[in-house]
Amino acid sequence: MSEGKQGRKLRLNYDFVPSLVAIVVGLAFGLIILLISNPAQAGGGFWTILTGAFRDLRSFGRVLYFATPIILTGLSVGFAFKTGLFNIGASGQFIVGAYAAVIVGITCPWLGSAHWIVALLAAFIAGGLWALIPGLLKAFANVHEVIASIMMNYIGMYLVNYLVLQTAYDSLRNQSMPVAASAIIPKMGLDTLFPRSHANGGFFIAVLAVIITYIILNKTTFGYELRAVGFNRHASKYAGINEKHGIVLSMVIAGALAGLGGGLLYLAGTGKYIKVVDILAAEGFTGIPVALLGLSNPIGILFAGLFIGYITVGGDIMQLYDFAPEIIDIIVAVIIYFSAFALIFKGFIQRRRNKLGGGKIQ
Amino acid sequence: MSEFWRIIFFVVQQTMYFAIPLLVVALGGMFSERSGVVNIALEGIMVFGAFTGILFINTFQGVMEGQLLLILAILVACISGGLISLLHAYASVNMKADQVISGTAINMLTPALAIYAARMIQDVQQIAFNNTFRIDSVPVLGSIPYIGDMFFKKTYITTYLGFAILIVAALVLYKTRFGLRLRSCGEHPHAADSVGINVYKMRYAGVFISGVLAGLGGLVFVIPTSTNFNATVAGYGFLALAVLIFGQWKPGRILFAAFFFGLMKTIASTYSGIPFLAGLGIPNTLYKMIPFIATLVVLAFTSKKSQAPKASGVPYDKSAAR
Repeated sequence: MSEGKQGRKLRLNYDFVPSLVAIVVGLAFGLIILLISNPAQAGGGFWTILTGAFRDLRSFGRVLYFATPIILTGLSVGFAFKTGLFNIGASGQFIVGAYAAVIVGITCPWLGSAHWIVALLAAFIAGGLWALIPGLLKAFANVHEVIASIMMNYIGMYLVNYLVLQTAYDSLRNQSMPVAASAIIPKMGLDTLFPRSHANGGFFIAVLAVIITYIILNKTTFGYELRAVGFNRHASKYAGINEKHGIVLSMVIAGALAGLGGGLLYLAGTGKYIKVVDILAAEGFTGIPVALLGLSNPIGILFAGLFIGYITVGGDIMQLYDFAPEIIDIIVAVIIYFSAFALIFKGFIQRRRNKLGGGKIQ
Repeated sequence: MSEFWRIIFFVVQQTMYFAIPLLVVALGGMFSERSGVVNIALEGIMVFGAFTGILFINTFQGVMEGQLLLILAILVACISGGLISLLHAYASVNMKADQVISGTAINMLTPALAIYAARMIQDVQQIAFNNTFRIDSVPVLGSIPYIGDMFFKKTYITTYLGFAILIVAALVLYKTRFGLRLRSCGEHPHAADSVGINVYKMRYAGVFISGVLAGLGGLVFVIPTSTNFNATVAGYGFLALAVLIFGQWKPGRILFAAFFFGLMKTIASTYSGIPFLAGLGIPNTLYKMIPFIATLVVLAFTSKKSQAPKASGVPYDKSAAR
């Protein structure tokens, strides 16, 4: 019993090693780029990336603001990973959810104090429906979900542009109209804690989503079945699990989480509007490194989202040193690249542990 | 009559600008997937090729111009595209990493690198260039009635390069020993290995070719359609992926798919100037969506007995028994 517990603890510690290695390599690569482009300022700039977000309360509040949508897209990607699916379509689900939230936010002020909740629900449902299509295609027509989701990203982006133009267009600014005040997510005290930071109650909803996702995945039969499908589709089928339902439901839940992320960002009351431009929502793709760094574990995803938000704020402040903030995107890309190697690291650790005789619990 | 033909000529010329980069990049993707490596990094590699190519033009346009400058820029774009694709090859072949994750990383890396470098070099992220490359009329061929107007006026050498690449790609894939070996690695790497083919090497070759062609495609996309480069190829890499699938991984069908998608793009951006289409009242968003919807529909009906290379996306591990 105690040995088993010991083993679990050990495994937990080891599991995070690849993520930490990827982060260190990514940051080191960023430092090298800074050194190449401007050696004199590189030290100060790099230090700002690492610590900038802690320098005042406003900066830290912005970390929460930036982290909120990407925690949701991270949960989306991570949830699908658990069922063995790669949801690269979070971007499309995110923007479709954002549109649903915005249109409810504009047209239904009669909902009163429930307005923002209904608008978020609309985002949740719209994102889920958008992911239903690749889910069905995967389960019943054997279409690879990565390819189907990529197509759905573009269809979603063009569709939302079209719908905004038709139903909620501010032609002066080429963007969606503002939502009613009642559709804006309450600040829940975060505005007094972190003044002028854009931090709002959306962060608490993100945390709630993390907790619920964790419970679904780890404490329910349904979650167990989904993970079983992810481990081995054929074995779970043999064990009597309907793997087709699992695939469809997993995609729908993943899409709903991403859609909710879109709602949380565009109802934050921070001057965010849906721009009518042919550019995919970046938040959807940022969900991929968040899920990878968090090892698809909801709690891990929460911290990974905060980490990416943290260095994003640091990168923003770093512009004082005359560096372009895109250095953060470079660092994140390098982190993803090395996360792709995670399996190798894992295999390596696994083999070592087996050799050391600690792997009996498997 | 003349008005009608002027529209036809215009649409054909525009379609060339959109279709040729799709054709070139999808052919690149074909080599990668036929060798067994899924390459969703095509978008990112296009951005990188366009970035280095346009930066080269921006730097040297004072000392040279016209076709010589373009050809050198093409070489730069090809080489840089090939080099960045080695990152993907290393992850996919040596590290047996998840190919979608590695591709995503490259897609995020290159636009960020391009913007960062542009802003550090010249303060703004757009890199401007003078387009001295357009051929108003090809000698002799341009004066052929109709045909000359459609295919040999207001054109670029890259258009003909694109068709040349198509022919060479088809010959290499189907008529050479290299092509046969490449295809065998994508279908059944263990069988290929058992007859002495170096699967790792062939996959490196496939990814590298895709990188060279995607780098070229990025440059070919930017030059006729813009006067500056803004660290994006507007989703053309993903559209090329759709072309590859719509074309069922075969050169001839890829040609057809590239022109179908190119035509849709052309209509989306020019239909307001075409009385017949403007009269239909279909929103241009729909034309932009059609390539993606069409690809989904094709996938839905063909994936049960897909033409996709069987081992595509599966890392090859020599030591793993199967």
